[in-house]
Amino acid sequence: MNAWVQAIINVFINPVFYRSTLNQSTPLIFAALGGVYSETTGVVNIALEGIMLIAAFGGVVGSYFTGNPWYGLALALLLGISMAALHAWASIRYAGDQIISGTAIILLAQGITGFSLVELFGKPGSTDLVRSIPLVNLGGFEEVPFFGKMVGSLSPLVYVAFASVVFSWYLIYKTKLGLRMRSVGNNPEAADTLGVNVYNIRYFGVLMSGVFAALGGAFLSIGELGQFTENMSNGRGFIALAAMIIGNWSPTGAMWAAILFGAASAFNDQLQSQGVLHLATNTQYLFGMIPYILTLIVVSGFVGKSRAPTADGIPYIKD
Amino acid sequence: MSKLKKFYMNDKIISPLIAIVISFIIAAIVMILIGKNPATAYGALFYGAFGTEGALINNIMKATPLILTGLAVGFGFRAGLFNIGANGQLIIGALLATYVGSQMQTFPFYLSIPLMLVVGMLGGALWGALAGWLKAARGAHEVITTIMLNYIAVFIANYVVNGPFQAPGGVPKSPEIAYSARFPNLVTTGATWLSAGIFVALAAVVVVYIIIEKTKTGYEVKAVGFNPYAAEYGGISISKNVVLAMAISGALAGLAGTMQVMGVYYRYLGSLGGSMGFDGITIALIGQNDPIGIAFAAFLISSIRAGSNQMQIAGVSKNIVIIIQGIIIFLVAANRLVKTLMVWKRKGVEEI
Repeated sequence: MNAWVQAIINVFINPVFYRSTLNQSTPLIFAALGGVYSETTGVVNIALEGIMLIAAFGGVVGSYFTGNPWYGLALALLLGISMAALHAWASIRYAGDQIISGTAIILLAQGITGFSLVELFGKPGSTDLVRSIPLVNLGGFEEVPFFGKMVGSLSPLVYVAFASVVFSWYLIYKTKLGLRMRSVGNNPEAADTLGVNVYNIRYFGVLMSGVFAALGGAFLSIGELGQFTENMSNGRGFIALAAMIIGNWSPTGAMWAAILFGAASAFNDQLQSQGVLHLATNTQYLFGMIPYILTLIVVSGFVGKSRAPTADGIPYIKD
Repeated sequence: MSKLKKFYMNDKIISPLIAIVISFIIAAIVMILIGKNPATAYGALFYGAFGTEGALINNIMKATPLILTGLAVGFGFRAGLFNIGANGQLIIGALLATYVGSQMQTFPFYLSIPLMLVVGMLGGALWGALAGWLKAARGAHEVITTIMLNYIAVFIANYVVNGPFQAPGGVPKSPEIAYSARFPNLVTTGATWLSAGIFVALAAVVVVYIIIEKTKTGYEVKAVGFNPYAAEYGGISISKNVVLAMAISGALAGLAGTMQVMGVYYRYLGSLGGSMGFDGITIALIGQNDPIGIAFAAFLISSIRAGSNQMQIAGVSKNIVIIIQGIIIFLVAANRLVKTLMVWKRKGVEEI
C-alpha cells in the first residue's frame, strides 16, 4: 500500500502530469465545444467521433504531401466541416434521425480513413511520421523550475482550445446570434414565428461543431507526434459528449469536465509508469478502462442535474 | 399529400433496396476515380461470397452471429432504444460462456450445449441490462453508456486473456472449451465447416418475431418505444420495460458471441467481437427492425463481408465495404431523401 501512496505522490509532484493533462484535455475541449454548438441549436451530434477521426487523418495527409503541417490543419478543417455538412444535410434538410445519421458518419469516417490509409501509404495500421505543428516555446520561461516543464513548450492548439472556450461563451451568451441559437434549440416553433431561420441557425451550429471537432482531431495527429493510426479517435468523441452533458451544455462547463477527463487519463498513464509499483504487463488493461468507467459514473450521476436544450434531437419540419 | 403519405407507408422493402443500390454505385464511382475496375471488384466480391461451396459455407458462418446482433439492435429499436453496445454484450457473453465451457470436460453434450447458450445469453443480458438500468434509474442516455460499456468489456476481456484466463503459450487467448460444448458440424469442406449454430440463429428469428408480435412483453416494449408517456398513462412501467428490453437485446448479442465460441473458435480470442456490433446496426436498419427482414439483411452483409477478402485480393481494399455500409446507414437516416427520389421517379417528368 505504501508503494501506491508513494507512486501517487510521485505523479502529482511531477510537472509532466500537468503538461500531459493539458495535452489530453485539448482534443476533448475542442470536441465538447463542437457538441455544445450543435446541440445548443437542437441537433444531437454523435458524429463528433467520426469528424475527429477523419480530421486526424486529413492533418497527416496534408502535412505529408506539402511538408507543411499548417496545410494539414487546413485539410483537417475542410474534411471535418464536410462530414459535419453531411450530418447537417441528413438531419436538418431531410429531418433524419440524428443518432442514426451520426452513426453513419462514424462508419464513413472509419471506412474512408482505413481505405485511404492503404491507398496513400501502402499499408494498414498507421501512416509514416510527418511534420507536426511546431510547439510554442515561451523563451526563457522554460528555465523556470516546475512551471517551465509544465507549460514552457506546448502546441499552439492548446492555447487555441482555451481561447475557443472564451470565444464560444461570448458568442452563445452575449450576442444576438447566440440568442438565436439558444432559442432555436429550445423552441424552434417560437423562433420561427419570430422570423428566425431555424434551418440556417442549425446549419451554423452543426458546421461549427465540425470546425471544433476537426481542430480536436488535428491535435491528435499533428499536435505533437505527427502520425495517424487507425481509429485513433478511440472514443474521445463520445467522452467529449459526456463532458458536454456534465458541463450542462455550456462552453465553460464542458471545458472543466474535459479537463477532469484529461487529468484522469494523464493520471492513468503516469501512474502505470511508476517503477515502484512493479505492475504486471496486463494491468495496463485494468488502468485503460478507468476513463470509460469514470465517464459512465459521471454521466449517470450528473444527468439529473443538467438540462439539455428542449428541442435537442428533434428534427424541425416547417409546415 | 395523402397520396404521398400512403406511398411512404408501403416502401418497407423498396426504400432500403434503393439505399443499397445507391451505396454500391457511389462505391463504384470511388473505385473508378482511383483507377480500379468496379466490375472486376464486384465480380470478385460475388465470387468470394457465393462462388464455391467453401465460400457459401463461410458466408453462412458469417451470417450466423450477424443475424443475432441484427436482432439485438433491431429489438432495441422497437423499444425506442439505440443499443450501440452489442459489441460489449457479445464480448461478455462469449467470455462467460467460454469460461463455463472450459470447465465442462465431464459433461454430456445435452447438458453442456444448453448451458453454454444460457450462460452466453445471461452474460449479454447482464451487460445490456446495466445500460438499461442506468437509463431507467439515472437518466443516462444509452448511446453513451453502451459505448462506454463496449470499451470496458474490451479491456476486461484483454485483461482476462492476458492473465487469469490465458491459455499456456503467452498468446492472448483463453483455453479451449470442452468437446461436448462444441456445435456439431453439418458440412465440412477443406478448412471451412458449417456448424449447427445457424439453426440457433434462425430459431432466434422466430422467437423474437413471436415475442414482438404475439406476447404481452412485446406489446409493452413496443408501446414504450412508440410513446413512453402514453404507455405509462396506460399503466405500463417505462423503467421496467427499458431494463427488460436492454436485457433481451443484450441476450441476443451475447448469443451471437457464444455462436463464435461454440462453432468457430472453440475459445475466446481477442478479435472475436470484430465489427459485428456495428454491423448489427446496419442490418437492423436495412431489415427495418423486422426479424425476417433482419435475417435477409444479415445474409446481405455477411455476403459483402465474406466477398470482401476476395475483392481485396483483386486489388480493392476491403475497407470499401465499411464505406458502403456507412452510405447505406446515411441514406436510411436521410430516408426522406430516398423517398423524394422515388416520388420524382414515380410522378414522371411531366409533373416536375
